[in-house]
Amino acid sequence: MPAPGSRGPDIAFKWVAMFAAAMIVVLIVMVGWELYYGSRLAIAKFGAGFLWSSEWDPVLERFGALPFIFGTLVSSLIALLIAVPLGVATALFLTELAPLKMRQPIIIAIEMLAAVPSVIFGLWGIFVLIPWLRDSLFVWLKRFLGFLPLFQGPIYGLSMLAAGIIIAIMILPIVTSISREILRSVPNLQREAAYALGATRWEVLKIAVLSYARRGLFGAAVLGLGRALGETMAVTMVIGNRPQISASLFAPGYTLASVVANEFTEATTDLYQSALFEIGLVLFAVAILVNAAAQVMLKSMSGSGPVKVN
Amino acid sequence: MKASPAQARTVEAGLPAEAEEVAFDIKNFSLWYGQRQALQDVTIRIPAKKVTAIIGPSGCGKSTFLRALNRMHELTPGTRLEGSLRHFGEDLYGPGVEAVAIRRRVGMVFQKSNPFPTMSIAENVLVGLRLNGVRDKRVLQSRLEESLHMAALWDEVKDVLNRPGTSLSGGQQQRLCIARSLAVQPETLLMDEPCSALDPLATAKIEELIQTLRERYTVVIVTHNMQQAARCSDRTAFFYLGRLIEFGNTRNIFTSPSNPQTEAYVSGRFG
Repeated sequence: MPAPGSRGPDIAFKWVAMFAAAMIVVLIVMVGWELYYGSRLAIAKFGAGFLWSSEWDPVLERFGALPFIFGTLVSSLIALLIAVPLGVATALFLTELAPLKMRQPIIIAIEMLAAVPSVIFGLWGIFVLIPWLRDSLFVWLKRFLGFLPLFQGPIYGLSMLAAGIIIAIMILPIVTSISREILRSVPNLQREAAYALGATRWEVLKIAVLSYARRGLFGAAVLGLGRALGETMAVTMVIGNRPQISASLFAPGYTLASVVANEFTEATTDLYQSALFEIGLVLFAVAILVNAAAQVMLKSMSGSGPVKVN
Repeated sequence: MKASPAQARTVEAGLPAEAEEVAFDIKNFSLWYGQRQALQDVTIRIPAKKVTAIIGPSGCGKSTFLRALNRMHELTPGTRLEGSLRHFGEDLYGPGVEAVAIRRRVGMVFQKSNPFPTMSIAENVLVGLRLNGVRDKRVLQSRLEESLHMAALWDEVKDVLNRPGTSLSGGQQQRLCIARSLAVQPETLLMDEPCSALDPLATAKIEELIQTLRERYTVVIVTHNMQQAARCSDRTAFFYLGRLIEFGNTRNIFTSPSNPQTEAYVSGRFG
């Protein structure tokens, strides 16, 4: 190598860093491959029908992923509907409205929420949230919104809606902190432009802040969705774990992540195990697609910015 | 040297003849950021329908002064002020006076153009009116044309009104921001170094525009560029270290300033 001796450490560092970065890519590819390899038996047997079939019968060895895909998407969607408005509102409060002295304590509290282990949320869900939902909120929803199919049927407590609420609490910290970063990236000049036109605080938020940040906030929501899709432990504890597709949010459900966690130890046959691998593969693909979409959204926000909106 | 007659003239120029309408009547105005005093005992009467330039070295308080004129400085936490500031007779800081109402009468254009990126050219111009609750299509359309004409931008954008405001060039964006400020029909327009990010051609256009604005509006412009102050203002105020050092007709300030500090600054010896 023609480089002078003093560049040795530079080159060594470059290779070490490159190796570390490459390992991450290799790891992701290997996980994907392993999932595919583990599920080849199920793929061969059920083909694409695995994705459409709603039958899950380990005894007859008939497996379909639809109830789990449904459960994962619905519970995550509920979580987003709750967590995104709440997270964005919190972020707005923290960046635009809260007195400076109040900001740091709230930020720390939110970070602590992120540090609570999943299983704790599960326990809290079982002992506190579920009884309350069963005896108060669900009864109320059924009485006043019972004409909607969403709020019909028997109330068990363990349900899709309970899972959605638990997931919402769990993704709230990440949605809030990403939203906060996005809102902080809105140039002050935008706010001043609105203030100088005689806008009130709320109008400034509307015309200068939120409209500028909307794409980035969408990215924050999609990243939250990525988290929601993979939440396992707490969800398993409150969703009821029944592979069914029901219009009612009071009905129990099942998610991709939960079924893998719950049934892996009992998967005694090769096909059963392979079907669970394929469930994992589906979850992996959905999560990667969602995260990739979020990255693209966030890029378009911070890169060339929302400056060009076509 | 020529202290006493010059002193007299400064006073005369600083306090315009009774016949001239006064836009801002400011007495003993001081302002603090926390502990730091940014402006000290400023007394000045800024004439209506004239262009008043505010010059001075960085950190002299000229931007702070400008932002106090429509209470934009209140966005910075921890500011405090004393003294009396009146805009066409109205006490800017009187009890019950809302900053929001003041800013509708005293518009502002900033150092860097800041059109709203998610809005079209037309929406940018009309956003202030929409905030005021104007919904009448005819009013909006006529105000859109009028404002863009006033800002000398109409001919360049009349066919692309639905394109994003940010698709325009830097100079056009700044004129769009001026049109946006004019659309709410303020009495006074404050400009905080409006050309500092523009090339000479775009700067010339804005300066030309400022000349026409004085027919209908009071303009107060902060500038680093002394040629600009000399070219396009009627009156010039020189600030230094938070104090108003000298205020008078622009020609006098640049050719025969009475204060040695003013002379040193306008002749380029410091600042």
